[in-house]
Amino acid sequence: MTVSLSGNEVAKQITKHLSEAVIKASGEAVLVKSESIFDVAEYLKSSPELDFDYLNYITAVDYYDYFEVVYQLTSMKHNHSLVLKTRCYDRDNPVVPSVVKLWQGADFQEREIYDLMGISFEGHPNLKRILLWEGFEGHPLRKDYL
Amino acid sequence: MEIGDITQRYIYSDAELDRAEGEAIEALKALSQQPIPDPDKWLEEKQRYVFPYILASLDIIFNWARRCSLWPVICFPACCAFEFIAANASRFDLSRFGMEILRASPRQADLMITAGTLTWKAAPQVRRIYEQMAEPKWVIAMGACGISGGIFRSSYNVVPGYNRIVPVDVYVPGCPPRPEALIYGIRMLHYKISRGRTLSSPLAGGERLEEASLLSGKD
Amino acid sequence: MAIKTEPFVINIGPVHPSSHGFFRMRVTLDGEVIVDVEPVFGYLHRGIEKLAEERTYTGVIPLTDRLDYIASMSNNLAYVLAVEKLAGISVPERAEYLRVIMAELQRIAAYLIAVGAFLNECGAFFTPFLYMFREREKIVDLFEMVSGQRLLYNYMRVGGVSQDIPDEFLPALDKFVRQMPGFIDEYERLLKENEILLARAKGVGILTKENAINCSVSGPVLRASGVKWDIRKADPYSIYDRFDFEIPVGEVGDCYDRYRVRIEEMRQSLRIIEQATAQIPSGAVRSEVPHLVHPPVGEAYAHIEVPKGELGFYLVSDNSIAPYRCHVRPPSLINLTALRDMVIGWKLQDLIIIFGSIDITVGEVDR
Repeated sequence: MTVSLSGNEVAKQITKHLSEAVIKASGEAVLVKSESIFDVAEYLKSSPELDFDYLNYITAVDYYDYFEVVYQLTSMKHNHSLVLKTRCYDRDNPVVPSVVKLWQGADFQEREIYDLMGISFEGHPNLKRILLWEGFEGHPLRKDYL
Repeated sequence: MEIGDITQRYIYSDAELDRAEGEAIEALKALSQQPIPDPDKWLEEKQRYVFPYILASLDIIFNWARRCSLWPVICFPACCAFEFIAANASRFDLSRFGMEILRASPRQADLMITAGTLTWKAAPQVRRIYEQMAEPKWVIAMGACGISGGIFRSSYNVVPGYNRIVPVDVYVPGCPPRPEALIYGIRMLHYKISRGRTLSSPLAGGERLEEASLLSGKD
Repeated sequence: MAIKTEPFVINIGPVHPSSHGFFRMRVTLDGEVIVDVEPVFGYLHRGIEKLAEERTYTGVIPLTDRLDYIASMSNNLAYVLAVEKLAGISVPERAEYLRVIMAELQRIAAYLIAVGAFLNECGAFFTPFLYMFREREKIVDLFEMVSGQRLLYNYMRVGGVSQDIPDEFLPALDKFVRQMPGFIDEYERLLKENEILLARAKGVGILTKENAINCSVSGPVLRASGVKWDIRKADPYSIYDRFDFEIPVGEVGDCYDRYRVRIEEMRQSLRIIEQATAQIPSGAVRSEVPHLVHPPVGEAYAHIEVPKGELGFYLVSDNSIAPYRCHVRPPSLINLTALRDMVIGWKLQDLIIIFGSIDITVGEVDR
């Protein structure tokens, strides 16, 4: 049975290594600052007792004040999983660091979030529209797109 | 050039190709705001043999040959495709109507069965396939998505019905239509073809010439 | 003598003769050897995630049918499990057993198409495909008995299934389960040691274990690369922990291994169906849930093992009758991230086979 790790426990471990990264931790998820997502993800992947080598999905949700980018990570060896979140408050040009270098599976998913939500991923080698065509105006999945 | 250097494009630039595709899509979208009228003038015509009987009898032979060997072009967007393939398989055999040959190349086909949802992104490609088919050609709009956009009608990327892009002869409702329903639609198309007047009409070529002028006006 | 060559780009256009759908690949070739491939899709993007925000929770179920349209029972199950997790609804026993039977039958039907289409692309044009469609028609008849539809069933509901099975269903299912191993043996006799299949598929398009995990690949592609990861065993949902079945794992990760994994999984699915029909109790098939489901504020993610891989639904609710955000984790799209690594260095005809062995459905890639 895949154990969902408690966000509080993992937040303590992250804060030991990267002190400023975690904003909030609850039972289900860990919320980190958007600039430090790459470092946190690298720590989570390389630490031997956490060992998150499989990225389940990346998605983004539009709450009217901010965008929330949600990652779910799984470790195949230990069979546990974790939900990682970050927020960006800029509506016009939100930017989040990309995790493609750690997990190549993030490639198409980040392009899709850029296409449908408008969040740019810094460090992605090929960030362009994937599902809609070049020249489409707007980002459909935003709440203010009619 | 070494094989290891894989990040350079020598002839085409990706960004230009994408932009050109986007412009073609926007242009087609602007032209397709009204549906193309259905080619259904044959319904009002009475079966009169105006011209000499010889030409009319030759018409019967032409129509028989055309309707008994319709070759569909492979154009399988979405779910209805699997009902079309099931209609082609051994239980509901389409080869008893002469339609077992699914041509990959549109130049060798004369029927386009639109089995799936059409999106604005794919619309120029489907239009190109239709234009590459040689006359006489027919279109069957299969499924709710083909008739009016179906369950996805209110979406931002879905064309509300194939008749915005190509003129449609027969509409087969269903989501997806059963293979028996599709075969019924094909039989209706056979009836339409058997009423065709290639030689015995005042215009040589019949009503398809009018449609050709409609389409060229669109282009 | 060295020959100066230049790479050129071929477009394998969106309309092409295979049953996968509108899918485009820009392939950079150096002679006949592939140097780079870039998949372009979106030709079937219908905006299902946006449409789901306008419909009630039960009204999204027909939309989920159209995601991976050849495995629509499994899509329904994944979505319904996510809503039940969000709202805390429990499901009666008989409904759980019915769900498992339908999901496993759907797995067999989808694998039949996957293997048939793969062999189509290997060159056995239509013969194995028609053989497998013969079996698929039997499964589709069973589904029609239960839900009235041949392809897009809309059978699962929040809190159970929509209606109980008729009396003729279990005897017909029994007959099918007794006959099917014989048919699978027939396919094996024709295909397992077939020289042409071995020459075209063995050793072609190898995906290593580390690469597969890094690319978030799931499903038969992951298991063929040697990773023993099946959500039915690793994170059991519904009542899968009561059944006894094995997970076939490949060794090398080539196209032949993916084909073998699918054939073996069909046999394991038959085992599960036999055990489920032996244990199925009587009772209600749907718990008392209002028609307009009103989950509390929160979010939930539920994932299941569908024939394509790991399908998950991430739902966010704001205590209204429609989901605030419904995100689909599409296995076909994520399996495609591994396409480039599998294909570089092979020739153009191998690209078609490798692409067929990943087995995507464009309805799921584009949503």
